Amino acid sequence: MSDPVHPTEAVPPIQIHDMTIAYHKKPVLWDVDLDVPEGVLVGIIGPNGAGKSTMIKAVMDLIPKASGWVKIYDRPYDQMRSAIGYVPQRESVDWDFPVNALDVVLMGRYGHVGWLRRPSSEDRRIAAESLEKVGMAEFAQRQISQLSGGQQQRVFLARALAQDARIYMMDEPFAGVDAATERAIIDILIELRSQGKTILVVHHDLQTVTAYFDWVIMLNMRVVAAGPTNEVFTDENLQKTYGGRLTVLSQAAQAMADHRRGN
Amino acid sequence: MELDSAFWIILTGSLASASCALLGTFLVLRKMSLLGDALSHAVLPGIAIAFLLSDSRAIIPMFVGAALCGLLTTLLIEAFHRKWNVQEDASIGIVFTALFALGVVLVTAYAGQVDLDQECVLYGEIAYTPWDTLIWNGVDVGPRPVWILGVVFILNILFVCTLYKELKIASFDSAMAMAVGVNATLIHYLLMGMVSLTTVAAFESVGAILVVAMFIVPGASAYLWSDRLVTILCLAVLFGVLSAWVGYWIAGIWDSSIAGAIVTVAGAIFLLSLLFSPNQGVIARLWQRAALSVQVAQDHMLLALVRRFEVDETHRSSREELLQAASVSHLVSRLALRSLEKSRLVVHDSQGWALAAGGKQEALRLLRNHRLWETYLSGLGLPENRVHGPADAVEHFIGRQLAAELGAEVDQSMDPQGKRIPLSDD
Repeated sequence: MSDPVHPTEAVPPIQIHDMTIAYHKKPVLWDVDLDVPEGVLVGIIGPNGAGKSTMIKAVMDLIPKASGWVKIYDRPYDQMRSAIGYVPQRESVDWDFPVNALDVVLMGRYGHVGWLRRPSSEDRRIAAESLEKVGMAEFAQRQISQLSGGQQQRVFLARALAQDARIYMMDEPFAGVDAATERAIIDILIELRSQGKTILVVHHDLQTVTAYFDWVIMLNMRVVAAGPTNEVFTDENLQKTYGGRLTVLSQAAQAMADHRRGN
Repeated sequence: MELDSAFWIILTGSLASASCALLGTFLVLRKMSLLGDALSHAVLPGIAIAFLLSDSRAIIPMFVGAALCGLLTTLLIEAFHRKWNVQEDASIGIVFTALFALGVVLVTAYAGQVDLDQECVLYGEIAYTPWDTLIWNGVDVGPRPVWILGVVFILNILFVCTLYKELKIASFDSAMAMAVGVNATLIHYLLMGMVSLTTVAAFESVGAILVVAMFIVPGASAYLWSDRLVTILCLAVLFGVLSAWVGYWIAGIWDSSIAGAIVTVAGAIFLLSLLFSPNQGVIARLWQRAALSVQVAQDHMLLALVRRFEVDETHRSSREELLQAASVSHLVSRLALRSLEKSRLVVHDSQGWALAAGGKQEALRLLRNHRLWETYLSGLGLPENRVHGPADAVEHFIGRQLAAELGAEVDQSMDPQGKRIPLSDD
């Protein structure tokens, strides 16, 4: 087997070419240009407002790109949608919504079910299995607002597992969870990687980066560094990512926004 | 004829209420309740233009006009909010009032030229239903509103049934919906289209107040009773229909507006739901709180008895002493004492009150919890004289598992005041 951290010529699962993202004409992420190799566990790190969530949302076409393109296994995202599993930020949904844990996980199967059809018993079985994998089988019928933060995060993870994807995008899966849940989640991520899946994780805790990830993307409105953790996760790059504000970029962004508004 | 007209009015009211309630539940869950109100007003220019162009009150052009205008409303609200940074509630308010006003201008300006007046568009009257008959091939086939609303109701049912899972995921988590290939934006516009259609159909048959209320109230009431989406949808429809029946009956008694009475009943159903729903209801919460304070009072009495027992095994406490120990209102402590006696945890004879065998076991468990907690807190560095109060509050809630964990954490022999911690009975 080839070394997954240094792939040779396989088609990369994710190719991002010259991608720039803007909110209300103000660029928040500039000229991202990178290939993510197959079968690696990637941490996306950077300060608040660095564009971490923006990057994975843009890859998944959830927000428009100002320029550039993304390819998934050398194909446009539209054709490869079902190859990507997604764990959004926990705060992005209304936890008082009247569904139970199993319902939420079953949503991960909707892409396979197709329009106008109902989930089959096979879909239900996969959903139940996914809940089991994250240790939440006994909470299947529990209304989601009655779950703790860590349990809610596990349900989201189970939903992504139910998607049965080749690539996983996770937006801060470790935010606000207890140590046991963090352990359980990382165990599952490692298992996914051992199955050859590619996993991108927006991450905040710098302490655990070297332990968890074999690849990192260091962002601050642009890609400061990207590559194998032991090569790019250096003090110098950390300093570039977190040290001070990237005044040139944010000033340029502000100037562009002002100009468009006609100031 | 009398019975006949009652039947048609109730049927019309039920169909309108059920249609609105079904879609309204989704609006409530998406926190867009007022969009029903907004759309119901904003479609007016669409209706007016359809009248002007088709030069008639025919159904089809009116629906098309309204649906297009509803779509325009939704698009404008979205554009104001997302593209031009206007607050969402403000953009709803701006769009619907402006379009409504435009509609009023159109209706009044051209009212003379077509058979159209404000009254018939804005304030449909459900009581006229039986006389608005539909003649088909020369045969009277029943009131026109019943046919229109019947079709709309069936369309709504079909819409919700076929797109149930898409509506569910798009309402719960639109980003995830997009990620699994469900076009949440399309679902949003389809829902708004159905809301516009339903609005127009119901508006001209039953009037504004009924439509606006039925988009919100039954769904909000149903939400209090269940945490399953299917159940909530069914309950909302049921509440809508129930309101129509009871409302008609009440309007008959008071000789009042039928639509007004129906909405009043819907409001009453909401109030009853708020009071009596099993999980979130006011009564249920009050009941839980009362049950808890009786429980706490019982615990305090048992503890008072067991502390006396520790010193003197033959001690008998007076009734007054026990009621005092409960340190709650007299009524609650008397209830608590009666329940302790009933469940044979305490016994009394001519000399006073003492613990029964079962009561002693329970009391020792509580005492153990209390002293374990005191020891735990003092281990955290709290001074001795500050640990009794917190332990008094927490002792009632320490279950077996937590007690076991606490036991493992602290030295189990003595509490901070040097009193013996009773042994665990398991």
